[in-house]
Amino acid sequence: MMMPNPATQPGPWAATAMIAAIVIASTAGEVLTAAAMKSIGDLDEIRAHSGLKGAIRAVITSPLFFAGVGFLAVAFFSLLFALNHLNLSLVAPASASLTLVTNAVAAKIFLKENVDRRRWTAAVLVCVGVYLLAH
Amino acid sequence: MAHPKLSPWQYTILGLISICAPLGDTCLSRGMTHLPAITLAHPATLIEAVFTPWIAVGIALLIGFFASYLTALSWADLTYVIPATAFGNVIVALLSRYWLHESISLQRWAGIVLITVGVGFVAQGPSLTVRPAPVAEEEQVR
Repeated sequence: MMMPNPATQPGPWAATAMIAAIVIASTAGEVLTAAAMKSIGDLDEIRAHSGLKGAIRAVITSPLFFAGVGFLAVAFFSLLFALNHLNLSLVAPASASLTLVTNAVAAKIFLKENVDRRRWTAAVLVCVGVYLLAH
Repeated sequence: MAHPKLSPWQYTILGLISICAPLGDTCLSRGMTHLPAITLAHPATLIEAVFTPWIAVGIALLIGFFASYLTALSWADLTYVIPATAFGNVIVALLSRYWLHESISLQRWAGIVLITVGVGFVAQGPSLTVRPAPVAEEEQVR
């Protein structure tokens, strides 16, 4: 595997910007996908009534779903771009753990989810856990 | 519609999310490392790679992950489903320890414990935010 060239390693601000791009695009993608699935309704019930084709049709005719997938694609290419300039051991744990916290904040603000003390604690525990596991 | 307690089928969907993503990534990684280096001069080799066994299995597993993920998001909150995806990291670490006999540092064991406790915390709570029904709808029901 090609390692990033240390001579061309970006500065801390550029590295922060690259990781921030992944985290923001990923969070937008996750929240839009979640909003799409909530607006569609319980897929198990749709599948029971209209079959698998009906469930697939319900998903692929949702504009919110495509907006979410679009942002997830941006997050994927941002990750590839970051991996081209930064080490995997920095990018993977930093983006994965930060996305957990930003998802909790975005879910509370945009999806109006009840992010109570239990979920905040879990988000922070999993965030630190992912960092320790992947670093 | 509120789902105060998840059914065994719904727990199976959450389990599939945890298992399919890391296994799919592992299959893709294994498949790609066994192929000769792919250059932009020959992009068709990337298409051919899709039909090699490991990569085909990896893609099938990742499709399974995405389908399970979308299904879970249709009846559970994002903040409930996301920790399940993170639990996949724990499964990979435990597989590498007990199946591949790799050593796990104390720091990684600490990570495994924290993720497990965090997922346990969320799993104990409600899976979906229940909102009060609008007044007009309530009256219509009456």
